[in-house]
Amino acid sequence: MNLNATLIAQLVVFFILGWFTMKYVWPPIVKALDERSAKIAEGLAAADKAKADLALAEKKAVEELRKAREEAAQLRAAADKQIAKLMEEARAEATRLIAQAREAAEQEARAAVERIKDDLREEVARLAVAGAERILRREIDAKAHAELLANLKQELV
Amino acid sequence: MTASAHGPTASEYVVHHLTHLNTLGGPQKDIVDFSVINLDTLFFSVLLGGLTVYLLYRAARKATSGVPTRFQAAVEILVEMVADQAKGVIHSAESRKFVAPLGLTVFIWIFFMNAMDLVPVDLLPRIWEGIYVAAGGDPHHAYLRVVATADINATLGMSIGVLLICIYYNVKIKGFGGWLHELFTAPFGSHPLLYPVNFLMQIIEFLAKTLSHGLRLFGNMYAGELIFILIALLGGTATVLGFVGHVLAGTAWAIFHILIITLQAFIFMMLTLVYVGQAHEGH
Repeated sequence: MNLNATLIAQLVVFFILGWFTMKYVWPPIVKALDERSAKIAEGLAAADKAKADLALAEKKAVEELRKAREEAAQLRAAADKQIAKLMEEARAEATRLIAQAREAAEQEARAAVERIKDDLREEVARLAVAGAERILRREIDAKAHAELLANLKQELV
Repeated sequence: MTASAHGPTASEYVVHHLTHLNTLGGPQKDIVDFSVINLDTLFFSVLLGGLTVYLLYRAARKATSGVPTRFQAAVEILVEMVADQAKGVIHSAESRKFVAPLGLTVFIWIFFMNAMDLVPVDLLPRIWEGIYVAAGGDPHHAYLRVVATADINATLGMSIGVLLICIYYNVKIKGFGGWLHELFTAPFGSHPLLYPVNFLMQIIEFLAKTLSHGLRLFGNMYAGELIFILIALLGGTATVLGFVGHVLAGTAWAIFHILIITLQAFIFMMLTLVYVGQAHEGH
Protein backbone atom coordinates (compact mmCIF):
# COMPACT_ATOMS: atom_id res chain seq x y z
CA MET A 1 0.00 0.00 0.00
CA ASN A 2 3.03 2.24 -0.09
CA LEU A 3 3.85 4.51 -2.96
CA ASN A 4 7.14 4.01 -4.73
CA ALA A 5 8.84 4.13 -8.10
CA THR A 6 6.65 1.31 -9.41
CA LEU A 7 4.16 4.08 -10.13
CA ILE A 8 6.49 5.74 -12.59
CA ALA A 9 7.44 2.45 -14.19
CA GLN A 10 3.78 1.58 -14.63
CA LEU A 11 3.15 5.02 -16.13
CA VAL A 12 5.87 4.45 -18.69
CA VAL A 13 4.61 0.95 -19.53
CA PHE A 14 1.09 2.39 -19.89
CA PHE A 15 2.24 4.85 -22.54
CA ILE A 16 4.41 2.31 -24.35
CA LEU A 17 1.53 -0.15 -24.63
CA GLY A 18 -0.84 2.60 -25.75
CA TRP A 19 1.63 3.79 -28.36
CA PHE A 20 2.22 0.25 -29.62
CA THR A 21 -1.49 -0.41 -30.02
CA MET A 22 -2.02 2.89 -31.76
CA LYS A 23 0.83 2.23 -34.16
CA TYR A 24 0.62 -1.47 -34.96
CA VAL A 25 -2.71 -2.91 -33.77
CA TRP A 26 -5.55 -0.48 -34.22
CA PRO A 27 -5.07 0.72 -37.83
CA PRO A 28 -4.95 -2.71 -39.55
CA ILE A 29 -7.92 -4.04 -37.59
CA VAL A 30 -10.03 -0.95 -38.18
CA LYS A 31 -9.03 -1.00 -41.83
CA ALA A 32 -10.09 -4.63 -42.15
CA LEU A 33 -13.38 -3.85 -40.44
CA ASP A 34 -14.07 -0.90 -42.71
CA GLU A 35 -13.17 -2.90 -45.78
CA ARG A 36 -15.45 -5.71 -44.72
CA SER A 37 -18.28 -3.25 -44.11
CA ALA A 38 -17.75 -1.84 -47.59
CA LYS A 39 -17.67 -5.35 -49.04
CA ILE A 40 -20.87 -6.33 -47.31
CA ALA A 41 -22.55 -3.11 -48.41
CA GLU A 42 -21.42 -3.82 -51.98
CA GLY A 43 -22.69 -7.36 -51.77
CA LEU A 44 -26.05 -6.24 -50.48
CA ALA A 45 -26.31 -3.61 -53.19
CA ALA A 46 -25.42 -6.21 -55.82
CA ALA A 47 -28.04 -8.57 -54.44
CA ASP A 48 -30.65 -5.80 -54.55
CA LYS A 49 -29.68 -4.97 -58.11
CA ALA A 50 -29.85 -8.62 -59.11
CA LYS A 51 -33.29 -8.87 -57.57
CA ALA A 52 -34.44 -5.78 -59.44
CA ASP A 53 -32.93 -7.15 -62.66
CA LEU A 54 -34.69 -10.44 -62.14
CA ALA A 55 -38.02 -8.70 -61.61
CA LEU A 56 -37.42 -6.66 -64.74
CA ALA A 57 -36.50 -9.76 -66.75
CA GLU A 58 -39.59 -11.56 -65.51
CA LYS A 59 -41.74 -8.64 -66.54
CA LYS A 60 -40.06 -8.59 -69.93
CA ALA A 61 -40.58 -12.30 -70.35
CA VAL A 62 -44.27 -11.98 -69.54
CA GLU A 63 -44.53 -9.13 -72.01
CA GLU A 64 -42.74 -11.12 -74.72
CA LEU A 65 -44.94 -14.10 -74.08
CA ARG A 66 -48.03 -11.96 -74.35
CA LYS A 67 -46.76 -10.45 -77.61
CA ALA A 68 -45.96 -13.87 -79.03
CA ARG A 69 -49.37 -15.12 -78.10
CA GLU A 70 -50.99 -12.12 -79.73
CA GLU A 71 -48.94 -12.60 -82.88
CA ALA A 72 -49.85 -16.25 -83.01
CA ALA A 73 -53.50 -15.36 -82.63
CA GLN A 74 -53.17 -12.85 -85.43
CA LEU A 75 -51.46 -15.39 -87.66
CA ARG A 76 -54.10 -17.95 -86.92
CA ALA A 77 -56.85 -15.48 -87.74
CA ALA A 78 -55.15 -14.57 -91.00
CA ALA A 79 -54.69 -18.23 -91.86
CA ASP A 80 -58.33 -18.94 -91.06
CA LYS A 81 -59.35 -16.09 -93.26
CA GLN A 82 -57.11 -17.36 -96.06
CA ILE A 83 -58.51 -20.85 -95.71
CA ALA A 84 -62.04 -19.54 -95.78
CA LYS A 85 -61.23 -17.53 -98.87
CA LEU A 86 -59.64 -20.51 -100.60
CA MET A 87 -62.56 -22.72 -99.66
CA GLU A 88 -64.95 -20.13 -100.97
CA GLU A 89 -63.07 -19.93 -104.24
CA ALA A 90 -62.89 -23.68 -104.53
CA ARG A 91 -66.54 -23.99 -103.78
CA ALA A 92 -67.41 -21.36 -106.43
CA GLU A 93 -65.17 -23.09 -108.93
CA ALA A 94 -66.78 -26.40 -108.15
CA THR A 95 -70.24 -24.93 -108.51
CA ARG A 96 -69.23 -23.40 -111.76
CA LEU A 97 -67.82 -26.71 -113.04
CA ILE A 98 -70.87 -28.60 -111.91
CA ALA A 99 -73.14 -26.12 -113.63
CA GLN A 100 -71.07 -26.34 -116.79
CA ALA A 101 -71.15 -30.10 -116.71
CA ARG A 102 -74.83 -30.11 -116.10
CA GLU A 103 -75.35 -27.70 -118.96
CA ALA A 104 -73.31 -29.85 -121.28
CA ALA A 105 -75.09 -32.99 -120.15
CA GLU A 106 -78.47 -31.36 -120.60
CA GLN A 107 -77.53 -30.19 -124.06
CA GLU A 108 -76.32 -33.59 -124.95
CA ALA A 109 -79.43 -35.13 -123.50
CA ARG A 110 -81.57 -32.68 -125.39
CA ALA A 111 -79.74 -33.40 -128.59
CA ALA A 112 -80.11 -37.12 -127.95
CA VAL A 113 -83.83 -36.74 -127.32
CA GLU A 114 -84.12 -34.65 -130.43
CA ARG A 115 -82.24 -37.26 -132.41
CA ILE A 116 -84.31 -40.05 -130.97
CA LYS A 117 -87.46 -38.06 -131.63
CA ASP A 118 -86.32 -37.53 -135.21
CA ASP A 119 -85.52 -41.19 -135.54
CA LEU A 120 -88.81 -42.14 -134.00
CA ARG A 121 -90.59 -39.76 -136.31
CA GLU A 122 -88.83 -41.22 -139.29
CA GLU A 123 -89.69 -44.66 -138.02
CA VAL A 124 -93.34 -43.76 -137.42
CA ALA A 125 -93.54 -42.12 -140.78
CA ARG A 126 -91.88 -45.07 -142.33
CA LEU A 127 -94.21 -47.42 -140.48
CA ALA A 128 -97.19 -45.30 -141.35
CA VAL A 129 -96.15 -45.25 -144.93
CA ALA A 130 -95.41 -48.96 -144.79
CA GLY A 131 -98.78 -49.52 -143.15
CA ALA A 132 -100.52 -47.32 -145.64
CA GLU A 133 -98.57 -48.99 -148.40
CA ARG A 134 -99.72 -52.30 -147.15
CA ILE A 135 -103.28 -51.03 -146.95
CA LEU A 136 -103.37 -49.14 -150.12
CA ARG A 137 -100.85 -51.20 -152.01
CA ARG A 138 -99.70 -49.44 -155.00
CA GLU A 139 -102.08 -46.60 -154.60
CA ILE A 140 -99.57 -44.63 -152.86
CA ASP A 141 -96.46 -43.52 -154.54
CA ALA A 142 -93.78 -42.60 -152.06
CA LYS A 143 -92.46 -40.01 -154.35
CA ALA A 144 -95.83 -38.62 -155.25
CA HIS A 145 -96.99 -38.47 -151.76
CA ALA A 146 -93.68 -37.20 -150.24
CA GLU A 147 -95.27 -33.89 -149.40
CA LEU A 148 -98.10 -35.64 -147.66
CA LEU A 149 -95.66 -37.75 -145.72
CA ALA A 150 -93.60 -34.78 -144.73
CA ASN A 151 -96.73 -33.07 -143.44
CA LEU A 152 -97.62 -36.16 -141.54
CA LYS A 153 -94.15 -36.29 -140.06
CA GLN A 154 -94.52 -32.68 -139.04
CA GLU A 155 -97.72 -33.37 -137.27
CA LEU A 156 -96.12 -36.13 -135.25
CA VAL A 157 -93.72 -33.83 -133.54
CA MET B 1 2.54 -21.52 3.42
CA THR B 2 0.04 -23.14 5.73
CA ALA B 3 1.73 -26.46 5.20
CA SER B 4 5.21 -25.26 6.14
CA ALA B 5 6.85 -26.79 9.17
CA HIS B 6 6.73 -23.82 11.48
CA GLY B 7 3.12 -23.00 10.57
CA PRO B 8 2.64 -19.24 10.40
CA THR B 9 -0.25 -17.67 12.24
CA ALA B 10 -3.17 -16.36 10.21
CA SER B 11 -1.91 -12.84 10.68
CA GLU B 12 1.59 -13.75 9.50
CA TYR B 13 0.12 -15.54 6.47
CA VAL B 14 -1.98 -12.55 5.44
CA VAL B 15 0.81 -10.05 5.96
CA HIS B 16 3.22 -12.23 4.04
CA HIS B 17 0.80 -12.40 1.14
CA LEU B 18 0.31 -8.66 1.11
CA THR B 19 3.99 -7.79 1.05
CA HIS B 20 5.53 -6.93 -2.28
CA LEU B 21 8.69 -8.37 -3.70
CA ASN B 22 10.62 -5.11 -3.92
CA THR B 23 14.16 -3.87 -4.18
CA LEU B 24 14.34 -3.64 -0.39
CA GLY B 25 13.88 -7.36 0.14
CA GLY B 26 11.37 -6.66 2.89
CA PRO B 27 8.32 -4.55 3.68
CA GLN B 28 8.59 -0.89 2.75
CA LYS B 29 8.72 1.27 5.88
CA ASP B 30 7.89 4.72 4.49
CA ILE B 31 4.53 5.51 2.94
CA VAL B 32 6.25 7.20 -0.01
CA ASP B 33 9.71 6.13 -1.07
CA PHE B 34 10.63 6.57 -4.70
CA SER B 35 13.92 4.73 -4.36
CA VAL B 36 11.97 1.47 -4.03
CA ILE B 37 10.38 -0.45 -6.86
CA ASN B 38 7.97 -3.39 -6.64
CA LEU B 39 9.56 -6.08 -8.78
CA ASP B 40 6.54 -8.42 -8.68
CA THR B 41 4.09 -5.75 -9.84
CA LEU B 42 6.44 -4.64 -12.57
CA PHE B 43 7.10 -8.20 -13.70
CA PHE B 44 3.46 -9.24 -13.98
CA SER B 45 2.39 -5.89 -15.37
CA VAL B 46 4.98 -5.98 -18.13
CA LEU B 47 4.43 -9.69 -18.78
CA LEU B 48 0.66 -9.31 -19.14
CA GLY B 49 1.04 -6.05 -21.05
CA GLY B 50 3.33 -7.91 -23.43
CA LEU B 51 0.79 -10.71 -23.72
CA THR B 52 -1.93 -8.15 -24.46
CA VAL B 53 -0.09 -6.41 -27.26
CA TYR B 54 1.19 -9.73 -28.59
CA LEU B 55 -2.34 -11.10 -28.92
CA LEU B 56 -3.60 -7.86 -30.41
CA TYR B 57 -0.63 -7.69 -32.75
CA ARG B 58 -1.25 -11.24 -33.93
CA ALA B 59 -4.87 -10.37 -34.66
CA ALA B 60 -3.81 -7.18 -36.44
CA ARG B 61 -1.23 -9.00 -38.57
CA LYS B 62 -3.75 -11.48 -39.85
CA ALA B 63 -6.67 -9.05 -40.09
CA THR B 64 -8.40 -9.34 -43.45
CA SER B 65 -11.67 -8.07 -44.75
CA GLY B 66 -12.63 -11.63 -45.64
CA VAL B 67 -14.26 -14.19 -43.39
CA PRO B 68 -12.63 -13.75 -39.96
CA THR B 69 -11.33 -16.57 -37.80
CA ARG B 70 -12.85 -16.91 -34.34
CA PHE B 71 -9.84 -15.25 -32.76
CA GLN B 72 -9.97 -12.38 -35.20
CA ALA B 73 -13.70 -12.02 -34.68
CA ALA B 74 -13.21 -11.92 -30.90
CA VAL B 75 -10.61 -9.16 -31.17
CA GLU B 76 -12.80 -7.33 -33.66
CA ILE B 77 -15.71 -7.42 -31.23
CA LEU B 78 -13.50 -5.77 -28.61
CA VAL B 79 -12.22 -3.22 -31.10
CA GLU B 80 -15.75 -2.39 -32.21
CA MET B 81 -16.89 -2.12 -28.61
CA VAL B 82 -14.10 0.30 -27.68
CA ALA B 83 -14.45 2.22 -30.95
CA ASP B 84 -18.17 2.68 -30.37
CA GLN B 85 -17.66 3.83 -26.80
CA ALA B 86 -14.90 6.20 -27.88
CA LYS B 87 -17.09 7.63 -30.64
CA GLY B 88 -19.76 8.33 -28.05
CA VAL B 89 -17.61 10.40 -25.69
CA ILE B 90 -14.75 11.82 -27.79
CA HIS B 91 -15.92 13.88 -30.71
CA SER B 92 -12.53 14.53 -32.24
CA ALA B 93 -11.60 11.81 -34.74
CA GLU B 94 -7.97 12.90 -34.51
CA SER B 95 -7.85 12.32 -30.74
CA ARG B 96 -9.63 8.98 -31.09
CA LYS B 97 -6.71 7.72 -33.16
CA PHE B 98 -4.66 7.57 -29.98
CA VAL B 99 -7.23 7.34 -27.20
CA ALA B 100 -9.33 4.52 -28.64
CA PRO B 101 -6.37 2.13 -29.11
CA LEU B 102 -5.16 3.11 -25.66
CA GLY B 103 -8.59 2.26 -24.26
CA LEU B 104 -8.53 -1.13 -25.97
CA THR B 105 -5.09 -1.97 -24.61
CA VAL B 106 -5.94 -0.70 -21.15
CA PHE B 107 -9.12 -2.79 -21.08
CA ILE B 108 -7.45 -6.05 -22.04
CA TRP B 109 -4.31 -5.37 -20.03
CA ILE B 110 -6.23 -4.58 -16.84
CA PHE B 111 -8.48 -7.56 -17.46
CA PHE B 112 -5.43 -9.84 -17.62
CA MET B 113 -3.84 -8.28 -14.53
CA ASN B 114 -7.13 -8.61 -12.63
CA ALA B 115 -7.52 -12.19 -13.85
CA MET B 116 -4.35 -13.10 -11.96
CA ASP B 117 -6.65 -13.04 -8.94
CA LEU B 118 -8.23 -16.24 -10.22
CA VAL B 119 -4.93 -18.13 -10.10
CA PRO B 120 -4.91 -20.09 -6.81
CA VAL B 121 -3.68 -17.62 -4.25
CA ASP B 122 -0.77 -19.73 -3.02
CA LEU B 123 0.32 -21.27 -6.30
CA LEU B 124 2.72 -18.69 -7.70
CA PRO B 125 4.03 -17.48 -4.30
CA ARG B 126 4.77 -21.10 -3.40
CA ILE B 127 6.67 -21.68 -6.65
CA TRP B 128 8.55 -18.44 -6.06
CA GLU B 129 9.38 -19.56 -2.52
CA GLY B 130 10.84 -22.75 -3.94
CA ILE B 131 13.02 -20.81 -6.36
CA TYR B 132 14.00 -18.29 -3.69
CA VAL B 133 15.00 -20.96 -1.20
CA ALA B 134 16.85 -22.91 -3.89
CA ALA B 135 18.80 -19.74 -4.59
CA GLY B 136 19.79 -19.62 -0.92
CA GLY B 137 17.18 -17.14 0.35
CA ASP B 138 15.20 -17.10 3.55
CA PRO B 139 11.66 -18.47 2.89
CA HIS B 140 10.26 -15.75 5.15
CA HIS B 141 11.49 -13.17 2.71
CA ALA B 142 10.12 -14.88 -0.40
CA TYR B 143 7.44 -12.26 -1.01
CA LEU B 144 5.34 -12.26 -4.17
CA ARG B 145 2.09 -10.60 -5.12
CA VAL B 146 0.74 -11.62 -8.48
CA VAL B 147 -2.16 -9.19 -8.95
CA ALA B 148 -0.53 -6.06 -10.33
CA THR B 149 -3.76 -4.05 -10.13
CA ALA B 150 -3.95 -4.76 -6.39
CA ASP B 151 -0.85 -2.56 -6.11
CA ILE B 152 -1.77 1.09 -5.70
CA ASN B 153 1.36 2.11 -7.60
CA ALA B 154 0.14 0.37 -10.72
CA THR B 155 -3.36 1.78 -10.67
CA LEU B 156 -2.28 5.30 -9.74
CA GLY B 157 0.46 5.08 -12.36
CA MET B 158 -2.16 4.43 -15.00
CA SER B 159 -4.61 7.03 -13.71
CA ILE B 160 -1.82 9.62 -13.66
CA GLY B 161 -1.10 8.59 -17.23
CA VAL B 162 -4.71 9.40 -18.04
CA LEU B 163 -4.34 12.75 -16.21
CA LEU B 164 -1.31 13.61 -18.35
CA ILE B 165 -3.27 12.74 -21.50
CA CYS B 166 -6.12 14.96 -20.30
CA ILE B 167 -3.74 17.86 -19.71
CA TYR B 168 -2.16 17.26 -23.13
CA TYR B 169 -5.53 17.42 -24.87
CA ASN B 170 -6.65 20.40 -22.79
CA VAL B 171 -3.62 22.30 -24.04
CA LYS B 172 -3.88 20.94 -27.57
CA ILE B 173 -7.56 21.72 -28.05
CA LYS B 174 -7.86 24.99 -26.12
CA GLY B 175 -4.29 26.26 -26.38
CA PHE B 176 -2.22 26.85 -23.26
CA GLY B 177 -3.76 30.28 -22.73
CA GLY B 178 -7.24 28.98 -23.31
CA TRP B 179 -6.74 26.21 -20.80
CA LEU B 180 -5.33 28.61 -18.20
CA HIS B 181 -8.29 30.87 -18.81
CA GLU B 182 -10.63 27.95 -18.24
CA LEU B 183 -8.77 26.95 -15.07
CA PHE B 184 -9.51 30.36 -13.54
CA THR B 185 -12.93 31.19 -14.98
CA ALA B 186 -14.79 27.88 -14.85
CA PRO B 187 -17.00 26.64 -13.31
CA PHE B 188 -18.28 29.78 -11.50
CA GLY B 189 -17.61 32.51 -14.03
CA SER B 190 -15.13 35.20 -15.00
CA HIS B 191 -14.65 37.57 -12.08
CA PRO B 192 -11.34 38.38 -10.35
CA LEU B 193 -12.84 37.46 -6.98
CA LEU B 194 -13.83 34.07 -8.30
CA TYR B 195 -10.45 33.22 -9.84
CA PRO B 196 -9.00 31.50 -6.73
CA VAL B 197 -12.24 29.60 -6.09
CA ASN B 198 -12.43 28.43 -9.67
CA PHE B 199 -8.80 27.39 -9.69
CA LEU B 200 -9.22 25.50 -6.44
CA MET B 201 -12.29 23.72 -7.78
CA GLN B 202 -10.45 22.75 -10.96
CA ILE B 203 -7.49 21.37 -9.04
CA ILE B 204 -9.79 19.43 -6.74
CA GLU B 205 -11.61 18.10 -9.78
CA PHE B 206 -8.41 16.88 -11.42
CA LEU B 207 -7.18 15.38 -8.17
CA ALA B 208 -10.49 13.69 -7.42
CA LYS B 209 -10.78 12.28 -10.90
CA THR B 210 -7.28 10.87 -10.90
CA LEU B 211 -7.38 9.50 -7.36
CA SER B 212 -10.82 7.94 -7.68
CA HIS B 213 -9.85 6.50 -11.07
CA GLY B 214 -6.81 4.73 -9.64
CA LEU B 215 -8.18 3.93 -6.19
CA ARG B 216 -11.41 2.39 -7.48
CA LEU B 217 -9.52 -0.29 -9.39
CA PHE B 218 -6.97 -0.75 -6.61
CA GLY B 219 -9.65 -1.03 -3.92
CA ASN B 220 -11.69 -3.60 -5.78
CA MET B 221 -8.74 -5.79 -6.62
CA TYR B 222 -7.06 -5.44 -3.24
CA ALA B 223 -10.28 -6.41 -1.47
CA GLY B 224 -10.80 -9.30 -3.84
CA GLU B 225 -7.29 -10.57 -3.27
CA LEU B 226 -7.70 -10.25 0.48
CA ILE B 227 -10.90 -12.30 0.41
CA PHE B 228 -9.16 -15.01 -1.59
CA ILE B 229 -6.43 -15.04 1.07
CA LEU B 230 -9.02 -15.33 3.83
CA ILE B 231 -10.80 -18.15 2.00
CA ALA B 232 -7.44 -19.90 1.65
CA LEU B 233 -7.01 -19.56 5.42
CA LEU B 234 -10.32 -21.38 5.85
CA GLY B 235 -8.93 -24.35 3.93
CA GLY B 236 -5.70 -23.97 5.86
CA THR B 237 -7.46 -25.06 9.04
CA ALA B 238 -7.36 -28.59 7.59
CA THR B 239 -10.77 -29.46 9.07
CA VAL B 240 -13.80 -30.83 7.24
CA LEU B 241 -15.70 -27.60 7.83
CA GLY B 242 -12.75 -25.53 6.64
CA PHE B 243 -12.34 -27.66 3.52
CA VAL B 244 -16.03 -27.50 2.59
CA GLY B 245 -16.08 -23.80 3.37
CA HIS B 246 -13.00 -23.21 1.25
CA VAL B 247 -14.48 -25.06 -1.72
CA LEU B 248 -17.88 -23.38 -1.48
CA ALA B 249 -16.68 -19.87 -0.70
CA GLY B 250 -13.75 -20.11 -3.10
CA THR B 251 -16.02 -21.22 -5.94
CA ALA B 252 -18.64 -18.60 -5.25
CA TRP B 253 -16.14 -15.78 -4.87
CA ALA B 254 -14.17 -16.80 -7.96
CA ILE B 255 -17.32 -16.89 -10.08
CA PHE B 256 -18.40 -13.52 -8.72
CA HIS B 257 -14.90 -12.21 -9.26
CA ILE B 258 -15.10 -12.97 -12.99
CA LEU B 259 -17.74 -10.27 -13.10
CA ILE B 260 -15.68 -7.88 -10.98
CA ILE B 261 -12.44 -8.19 -12.94
CA THR B 262 -14.26 -7.61 -16.24
CA LEU B 263 -16.36 -4.81 -14.85
CA GLN B 264 -13.41 -3.01 -13.26
CA ALA B 265 -11.39 -3.28 -16.47
CA PHE B 266 -14.34 -1.90 -18.40
CA ILE B 267 -14.90 0.92 -15.91
CA PHE B 268 -11.25 1.93 -16.04
CA MET B 269 -11.37 2.01 -19.84
CA MET B 270 -14.65 3.93 -19.94
CA LEU B 271 -13.44 6.51 -17.45
CA THR B 272 -10.25 6.95 -19.46
CA LEU B 273 -12.37 7.73 -22.50
CA VAL B 274 -14.76 9.95 -20.55
CA TYR B 275 -12.02 12.00 -18.90
CA VAL B 276 -10.22 12.51 -22.20
CA GLY B 277 -13.56 13.41 -23.76
CA GLN B 278 -14.11 16.02 -21.03
CA ALA B 279 -10.70 17.48 -21.77
CA HIS B 280 -12.04 18.28 -25.24
CA GLU B 281 -15.02 20.22 -23.98
CA GLY B 282 -14.94 23.73 -22.67
CA HIS B 283 -16.76 24.51 -19.45
